Amino acid sequence: MSEREPIPSPEAFRDEVVKSYSGKVAKKRAKHILVNDPEVPAEIEANVRTIPGIISQRGCCYAGCKGVVMGPIKDMVHIVHGPIGCSYYAWLSRRNQAATGDGIANFIHYAFSTDMQEEDIVFGGEKKLAQACREAYALLKPTAIGLYSTCPVGLIGDDVHAVARQMKEELGINVFGFSCEGYKGVSQSAGHHIANNGLFKNVVGENDTPVDHPFSINLLGEYNIGGDAFEIERILDLCGIHLVATFSGNVKYDDIAQSHNAKLNVVMCHRSINYMAEMMESKFGIPWFKVNFIGADSTAKSLRKIAEYFGNEDLTARVEEVIADELAKVVSVRADVASRLSGKTAMLFVGGSRAHHYQDLFSEVGMTSVAAGYEFAHRDDYEGRRVLPSIKVDADTRNIEELHITADDTRYAPRRTPEEIAAAEKRGFNWRDYDGMMSQMKKGTLVIDDISHFEMEKLIATYKPDIFCSGIKDKYVVEKMGVPCKQLHSYDYGGPYAGFIGATNFYQEIDRMIGKRISKLITPPWKKQSA
Amino acid sequence: MSLPIAVPSSKRPAATNSCRVCAPLGSVLAFRGLRGCMPLIHGSQGCATYIRRYLISHFREPMDVASTSFDESATIFGGQSNLAAAIKNLVRQYSPEVIGVCTTCLAETIGEDTVGILREITTADPDLPPIIHVATPSFKGCQYRGFHDTVEAILRATARGGERLPHVNLLPGPVSPADLRHLREIVAAFDLPLLMLPDYSETLDGPSLASYAPIPEGGTPLAEVADAGRATGTLQLGATLADGPGAYLEREHGVPLVKASLPIGVRATDAVLESLAAFAMESAAGTSASAPITPAWLSAERGRLVDAYVDGHKYVSGKRVAVVGDPDLAVGVAGFCAEIGLVPVLVASGALTHRMATALDLLGLAPGSFEVMEDADYDSIGRRVAELKPDLILGPSKAYPTSRALGIPLVRIGFPVHDRIGAGRILHLGYRGTQRLFDEVANALLDHQQDSSEMGYAYQ
Repeated sequence: MSEREPIPSPEAFRDEVVKSYSGKVAKKRAKHILVNDPEVPAEIEANVRTIPGIISQRGCCYAGCKGVVMGPIKDMVHIVHGPIGCSYYAWLSRRNQAATGDGIANFIHYAFSTDMQEEDIVFGGEKKLAQACREAYALLKPTAIGLYSTCPVGLIGDDVHAVARQMKEELGINVFGFSCEGYKGVSQSAGHHIANNGLFKNVVGENDTPVDHPFSINLLGEYNIGGDAFEIERILDLCGIHLVATFSGNVKYDDIAQSHNAKLNVVMCHRSINYMAEMMESKFGIPWFKVNFIGADSTAKSLRKIAEYFGNEDLTARVEEVIADELAKVVSVRADVASRLSGKTAMLFVGGSRAHHYQDLFSEVGMTSVAAGYEFAHRDDYEGRRVLPSIKVDADTRNIEELHITADDTRYAPRRTPEEIAAAEKRGFNWRDYDGMMSQMKKGTLVIDDISHFEMEKLIATYKPDIFCSGIKDKYVVEKMGVPCKQLHSYDYGGPYAGFIGATNFYQEIDRMIGKRISKLITPPWKKQSA
Repeated sequence: MSLPIAVPSSKRPAATNSCRVCAPLGSVLAFRGLRGCMPLIHGSQGCATYIRRYLISHFREPMDVASTSFDESATIFGGQSNLAAAIKNLVRQYSPEVIGVCTTCLAETIGEDTVGILREITTADPDLPPIIHVATPSFKGCQYRGFHDTVEAILRATARGGERLPHVNLLPGPVSPADLRHLREIVAAFDLPLLMLPDYSETLDGPSLASYAPIPEGGTPLAEVADAGRATGTLQLGATLADGPGAYLEREHGVPLVKASLPIGVRATDAVLESLAAFAMESAAGTSASAPITPAWLSAERGRLVDAYVDGHKYVSGKRVAVVGDPDLAVGVAGFCAEIGLVPVLVASGALTHRMATALDLLGLAPGSFEVMEDADYDSIGRRVAELKPDLILGPSKAYPTSRALGIPLVRIGFPVHDRIGAGRILHLGYRGTQRLFDEVANALLDHQQDSSEMGYAYQ
């Protein structure tokens, strides 16, 4: 065997990889690739348009709106206004799950499209869309209907909002539209924002039935991929915390309509739903803070923070009891798995929060995340919310509506007085907090925003991590390179990975993936001789 | 008389659980069968992402697709600079041998002059690799059309006429990598040089390698496609294609075209082998080579298949089936079913060809014994299946909810198959593919009989 070449420093890697691009592209991409310093996170370029011809992981505005945020609401019908592909591709492909039974409607197995044809493009498709609403209503009697615009819709001037108003009146259920054409914004992130706005304007606050529970919360930014929300529901239930609505995994329309009556909002995926948390605080006075149910210790920490917020002794005791019980089951598996995985390396390039959250699970088994980045996050998800005032708003962002919310005339009821908030802060209790990914990653690790396919291949070839976390688009490339790839979008048909049971599942899954020896079979014996 | 039923989905206000997907997906699949090709989708970035993720979930193989990533200004003013930049960046990163450009609904809706823009780009930079363009608006056709239009675009851009050469062109249609490999093997057995377009048998079913190739090996070299206009003949598979890409070669370069149904079943495979034998005869004419005979291994496979038909007839005879898939696959599979005594009561496709019923009549299905649904969605297919109550469904993974809801077993064929592994290795064609299909059909029926029997049959 030849002597192994020295491993390049992250700085050398960055310089080398951008050199492969032309001058202008190299200059742009260099701003997305940083060598981390957790003490002083540097400014990263994020949430800007992907360069044509650079193969990106990113999707579109429609995907973020219908596919991510709205699609999981289970008793709604979602009608995609456009040619057929857009609806088909978002048909269950995120693996978000929804419980059914007891008369609860679950329509997530349906994919509706107006299936626009040439005559609709030429003459307009509003009538077809209205008729589609009638047909879907006749078929399923949903609680509400959402209408989603795809690229051609904005161009031909179809007004989904006008159709929605007309259908709301005619059908007597809530019908609302989204102008989430795929070309808007720079990624699915624009769609998250548009979905937040639409949900806030059309659903939140529609049902004023009071929530009669002392510890009621909403869980924002949890989409129940692989059953994560089921596990979080189980834990909250054990603790005696009442979940009013999850945005939007395993949720009913009415839960969201009533969510303004909860006492607290906790945020999982900051990127996709922080808008909602902010708007609900402004309009209804519900405070919010960030939680993370990915990782057993992170789950315990999040539960303790919720208990601290409510400041009730019984609740605190119950939460401690649940944590003790659940952790007892986790630690033996964790210790066993860590005995094999400790010191191994992971890379995570996914989403707008998972590339950060899952680092907790890896560190729980002694692994180091040596490179990470988001697909569609913004600077605040990397550097923390402290940079929010200094983020420059470019044309792509300016085109996404920003709602200006004021306190509701009758329903604004601050759950905490300014004095209580200040007092808690003094104790070290953080509100509206998110410190971002970079402050948690080690010095000298690589942070790469909107990693290109090309950069990913170089990164893996250079550093050969023990595991790479990404999505299905990269999975088979990574595995052909002999590195196991865990899909953190769809969970590779597995899950849940949230909460305590989820943590155990994840440790075991990573143990299986890193421990497998199949790659040893790649080279046949007759080719090994000459090596 | 075949009875087209239900309102076609595109005429209905809503497609509920669509049975077709968009045109650029078919185009990208076809481009994947050209050696060293990087597909580039002109328009919205999300289309490239969605198409990649969907094809990957079927093939479980890398599938890189680039995008020109329109922003709002490109949407208003056109994407000329995006296309130029994308091509430049792709060449720099991947050094592709050819770039295949197809279009999204966005580019087509704004009336982008992609041909003109590409002409300018290639004139300005003569060193660029060949670029092949095909318009793929999904509001005019689905993946089936996108696939065939792309094959035709490749031929139009590349095929040249001239003195006849001994090879045969094979246009297989959107079949599986395993099917493509088997077709290659069959043609080779006739000592017939082959030009198959496209050929993604290796690019979408490749090995794990010690070193990774960003553009997977395999595929038909563009230089060879140039000879398509000089072939002894073209064999075009697909019973529902009106003209198809092969007609272009015949018209433009005088290459004789033989159209055949997909070789599924004994008779359909016999017909394809006879065509190949005729081509081999033609190709060898004037040389000292002896007249081609059907190779022994193919005869042996045929013999085993017929023997299996005899053995399994009692399990399948008279059972009623519904077949769902791309029009040519659905027709081919229905023909096979009829041959073994299964009764196809419903043959359905999301595509609209207006020719499925005729093709089935030609395959000898008893007139009036079956219904055809073209332009259908799974909601209408599911309703009809519920009424017809067949014993078995043959179709892609999207037919699973219907199968589950009605308790009717499903044998997975075609595209997409994303809830089983080995989609790329599903062999549908030839005596060997038919054998596999027959065994699976008979066993699915037996499984169902055992599982649903109170007595618990354990010996059949």
